Order: sequence, then structure tokens, then C-alpha cells
Amino acid sequence: MTKRIDRRNFIRGCARYSLGFGLAGVVGFVAKDTIAGEWVWQIDPFKCTSCGRCATHCVLNPSAVKCVHAYALCGYCDLCGGYLKPGHISRDTAAENMLCPTDAIKRKYVEEPYYEYKIIEELCIGCAKCVKGCSAFGNGSLHLQIRHDLCVNCNECAIARVCPSDAISRVPKTDPYLIKGDFNKGEDV
Amino acid sequence: MIKNVTGYFFVLFFVCFSFIAHAQQQRFPKPEFETEYQMPETSSPMPRAPFMEYVDVMVLILVMGVTIWLIFKKRSRKGIFWVAVFALLYFGFYRQGCICAIGAVQNLALGIFNPGYAIPISALAFFVIPLLVTLFAGRIFCASACPLGVIQDILIVKPIKIAPWIQKTLGLFPFIYLGLAVLYAATGTDFIICRYDPFIGIFRMGAEFHMIVLGISFLLMGMFVARPYCRFICPYGAMLNIGSRFSKNHLSITPKECINCKLCKDSCPFDAIDFPTEEKENKPVKSDTRRFLTYAAMIPLLVVLGGWAVSASYKTLSKAHSDVSLANLLIANPEKMSETDNLDIETFMASGRTLEMLMQDATLVQEKFRKGGWWLGGFIGLVIGLTLLNQVIYRRRDIYEANRGNCYSCGRCMEYCPVGKPDHPYHQLDPKNQNL
Repeated sequence: MTKRIDRRNFIRGCARYSLGFGLAGVVGFVAKDTIAGEWVWQIDPFKCTSCGRCATHCVLNPSAVKCVHAYALCGYCDLCGGYLKPGHISRDTAAENMLCPTDAIKRKYVEEPYYEYKIIEELCIGCAKCVKGCSAFGNGSLHLQIRHDLCVNCNECAIARVCPSDAISRVPKTDPYLIKGDFNKGEDV
Repeated sequence: MIKNVTGYFFVLFFVCFSFIAHAQQQRFPKPEFETEYQMPETSSPMPRAPFMEYVDVMVLILVMGVTIWLIFKKRSRKGIFWVAVFALLYFGFYRQGCICAIGAVQNLALGIFNPGYAIPISALAFFVIPLLVTLFAGRIFCASACPLGVIQDILIVKPIKIAPWIQKTLGLFPFIYLGLAVLYAATGTDFIICRYDPFIGIFRMGAEFHMIVLGISFLLMGMFVARPYCRFICPYGAMLNIGSRFSKNHLSITPKECINCKLCKDSCPFDAIDFPTEEKENKPVKSDTRRFLTYAAMIPLLVVLGGWAVSASYKTLSKAHSDVSLANLLIANPEKMSETDNLDIETFMASGRTLEMLMQDATLVQEKFRKGGWWLGGFIGLVIGLTLLNQVIYRRRDIYEANRGNCYSCGRCMEYCPVGKPDHPYHQLDPKNQNL
């Protein structure tokens, strides 16, 4: 009776230690290139084609992707391709003239002939309509970024999966933004 | 001919358009303001502080440590329940389901097979710690630390018994799912465990409609079929199941000697209590030896057959990869290249990648699937073979005890055991039991 149990325990012990060492082996194998911090997801603005999926595919509603404004790039135009609809009737703040569907861009007069454009992130849904307009007709200072105060950092980012241009990738948590710089820095963000 | 011309026109259009879309062009120079205008800073709100991920690891260790103490020292189901509720609130509703040990196996697979990805130490810790603990104390993680398990566990109402053959057959699925998840993660295709996590939508109070429906139906089903996800789907549970079978210590139903009172017989909602062998009909031993040898000899055959079958279906499996599906679509319907209502095609045409480049990438992915298919199929064959072999192994058992593989260490059965509880009603029935 006791002998039988001993044999069982012996086999169990052998299996336990071989599983343990196997596990340690796998861990040791990957341990050589672990990183201390987590990864977070970010959009490369130079790859982004402003397709609009960020607004619809993020697990959050509204999306954690927002439009950000690189002021250093902006031409402060009166005729702003990101603010005004193509074919707008007049250059004022009337709803029918505006490109943004949620009125999330605030236009402020600075001095003749310059206007400042500011994104109100609480209203922005990340639809990239303004990004498209700004890139097509302007300097490309408006671009999308994942906002990390909102992002829940899913293990598998739902918008990265559907991004048609593979613009979303993991970046180190310590340096979580790819905000466009100004022209002096070139395309190096 | 005309069609061709329009095709070229579209290509030209997209090439130009893509240039516009990607460019950072100084069409309008930066103004030189005459007034005192200060250019605002572009804000960049930071993510959760990096040290917090180690707090998560500490919480995991703490929760599991307390559970071990509650199981082995206090033998308190109530205590385990409250620790589990805490873990559900912390890992489920506060951390919103990420990071989780179940999904971490995919990070590990990606880390091993993709040199461009280094696995974060915290993800590695979430993968390894529950497995190590399981080797020494049983499935403690399932008992109280896993938010997916706990949310099902607290909603068990009236569990029904499930026939062993159904359990064993459905119990094969987690291994297949595990293998598939590793294959898809290793090829850089998808993290299917995270994508089809039924409860994450509940933790986040929002997800795609069909995932919410799936989650709620799992919970509803779980009222009667206890912990359906854990038992028949969870890929991490499959690993813990194997680890737990060889664990050094394990929850025992009774604190001392089992008195075969049968009170715990129906206490387990997961049918994870093994009965004494006298209750089973004894099978003729001779034919079992023959069956054992037959099944054992079949295992290599199953491994090869499985490997071949899965590897041969690499084309179907690899369709989940975006490059492969796009290449397939464009090869089958070349006329779609000029289509404007398909965003993926439109972006691909504008990207400057040629169809040949795409096909090359797709072939590389398919090759990975063909190779990985052998491993996956072999693994599935091995699991099926060992499960069959396990059926014919005869184990004599004199007492009621937890099945180490399937037991989640939830502690319900401990409450039913009258041993060591002098005021348990069982002892009043028969005064001679009093001293037990």
C-alpha cells in the first residue's frame, strides 16, 4: 500500500521538476531580451493615411485616438483645409462650413491674417477628417495620436489590427508619443 | 482596353494622393507674429506610471499567497471568496482585464518567435508565477486571482452534472485553442485569446455587440454549467491543469482522514471530485493492458497524422493574416485593384508596395504556417493520444478526493467535510462519529 503511493509520488515529483525546469528554460530563453517597461500603442503620423478606422474600431467609445496639433508646423492659415469643408460657403464658424463633425476645432484670431486652431479633445472622436484636409491642402500639422490618459493599452490593439497602412505599433512606455516635429527636425519625430 | 486605362489612372491618382497624404510639406511658411502671441505646447498626457505594472505583479503574488494560506491553513471557503472578489474588482474592473495571465502566453510566443518584440518583465511574471505556484500548490490562480474565472464562479446558481465523456471531449478544446493561439501569435497574425475574451467587454462596460452577447451568454450558461469558459475554453487553464496534476501540495477535501461519509460527493460544481473506485464498476484488467499498449502505440501515429492534417490546411489557417487575405483577394479578383470602396485595397495601392512584394510577404507567412502547422497538429495529436491513454489507466482510490487536474481549489468541498467539526450535524446523527 505505502509502496504504491511512494511510486506515485516519485513519478509526480519527477514530472513536477521536469515541468518546472522546462518552464525555467523557456523563461531563460526569452529573458535575454525582456524589457523593463511595458509597451504602449502609438500611431506613426507619417504612415497614417487618415482612413477613419480609429474612430470606429477602438474598444473605447469615443476612441482613445484624438487629433493633436503640432503648432510648430502650422501655417496659421485663414483658409484652413482641416477646419473648413472643401466648397464651404463662407469662411466663418457656421456649421455648414466646418469639416469637423463634432465641432472639436476651436478657431481663434491671432493677428491679420493668422488664426490659431485648437483641438478640444473631449469632443474629438478621432475621425481624421481634419487630418486628411490638413495633409492634402496644408502643412500636415494636424495628425492623430493615441492619448495615453484614455487608452486602456489592450494586449491586442483593436485598431492596430485593422489599420490598413500598419501605422500603429508598440512603442516604449517611457516615450509614448510620435508627435510631428517642426521642419527643422525634418521627418525625424 | 478602356478598363485598363481607368486602372492606370487610378494607380496614378493613388500614387499622387498617397504622396499628399503622407507628406509633411511646408506649403505655408511658419508665420512671424508681430503681436505677443505665444505658440501653445502640444500636450502629451502620460500613460499609467511604469512602476504600477510591478504593483500589479505584487497584487497577483499577494492574492495568491493569501489564498494559499486560506486553503491550507484556515480552510476557509468564505475567505477565498472575498479574496476572489477583490481580485475581480482589481484585475477585472480596475485594470480592465489587461494585463492577464491567460493572454500573456501570446506575448511569450511573440517574444520567442519575433526578434523585434521584447516581452515586458511584468507580462512574463504574469505568465510564469501562476504556473510555478500551480506546480507546488494546485490551481490557486483559478481559485481567486483570475478575474475571468471569478466572475463566473460567483454567478454559479444550480450547477448540473456533466457526463464524464462530454467533459473529457470538450476538455480537449483548450489545448487546441492554446496551440492555435501560440501559432497565431508566433506568426504575428493576431492575439486570438484577447480578441475572443468574452468577459473583457463586461469589465470595460463596452465592446463590440457580439462579444457582449457572448460574454453574457457565458455567464448565463455558467449559472447551470459551472465555469464554462474555464472548463472548456481557457487555454491557460489547460497548462495549469497539467501543472496541477503533478503539484507537490494540493487542496484536500478533508483535514485529516477521509471517513467516506459521502457528504462532499455533490459539493463540487465542476465535477472535479474523484470517487473511491469501489463505486465504479471494476473493469477486467487484462483487456485494459492490451488497450493501454494499443493506445500507447497509436500516439506517434496520432502525432504524425495531426501534424500532417494541420500543416496541410495551412492555406485556410493563414487567411487570418492581413497580408495573406489581401494577396488572396487581389490574386482572385485583379479587377478589384481599381476599386475605391475597399479601404485596404485603396491603401495598399497607394502605399507603393507592388503586388509581387505583397505576394512575397504572404508566401513567407504561409510558409511559417506550414511549418507551425506540423507542431500544432503534432501537439493536438499528442494531447488526444494521452487523453485516450489516460482512460485505460486504472487507479485504485479508497477515498473521495479532488481531481488535481480539474480542481480549481475554490474550497467549496472543504465546507461539507464533517471531519474536525464537532458540532457538524453529521455527528449528531450517530453518536459514535462524535470523536472523528
